[in-house]
Amino acid sequence: MDTSFRKSFEPFISRFDPCKPIPVKYYETPPQLYLGFQPEGLEQFSPAEALKHGTLWPALYAPYSNPYRHDGK
Amino acid sequence: MWLYEKKLQYPVRVSVCNPRLAKFLIEQYGGADGELSAALRYLNQRYTIPDKVIGLLTDIGTEEFAHLEMIATMVYKLTKDATPEEMKQAGLGDHYANHDGALFYHDAAGNNWTASYIQAKGDPIADLYEDIAAEEKARATYQWLINMSDDPFLNESLSFLREREIVHSQRFREAVELIKDSNTGKKIF
Repeated sequence: MDTSFRKSFEPFISRFDPCKPIPVKYYETPPQLYLGFQPEGLEQFSPAEALKHGTLWPALYAPYSNPYRHDGK
Repeated sequence: MWLYEKKLQYPVRVSVCNPRLAKFLIEQYGGADGELSAALRYLNQRYTIPDKVIGLLTDIGTEEFAHLEMIATMVYKLTKDATPEEMKQAGLGDHYANHDGALFYHDAAGNNWTASYIQAKGDPIADLYEDIAAEEKARATYQWLINMSDDPFLNESLSFLREREIVHSQRFREAVELIKDSNTGKKIF
């Protein structure tokens, strides 16, 4: 199972599409899709990091960035 | 485009004249979790879902229209020869006042169908999870309808429709597994 948090696909592009095609489309497959029942004893962030990240668990930390911008913002 | 076969997906037989049951069945016609909502939801989501599950949405969305037609047949048969007085007694006076014996897309409580019953979020996971939830809600509705119906013929058709919800839910769950696993386009490193 490919458990990466972002997947992509290449939609059909017609010769007659009026706009400039976006050849690759992305969608998010975040970690909760793969974890099942969370196992005990997983690694934890420090309290300060956890507050900032919104989760105590690195296994659930999956920040989002615009996949269509190459500077990652 | 579609090809039409002039027959029902599963036979609809009604054993007793019971317009009151039609009032309840209309929930699956124009209700939030009904067949119209299902068909329109799936067929509309097809355009922006990853390619490998478009075909599934087409097939299931099409089948939902076949189910819609079965529900319509049930409602029609249950009410077709009911007098205005019988309609009134069955709680269908409000319906009769607006529609005579015509069918209309509203739920059992008379609320008109609205597009806000369905969603297309554009996020494949969100959309497929909505589809799974919709199938489970429709399955539950069929259960409550069967609980209220004592017509053995009608219950056979309702049981068939309930079973199809189970199968559709399974297929949507498989679709989630497919799009969770695969990366058909460029890999990100």
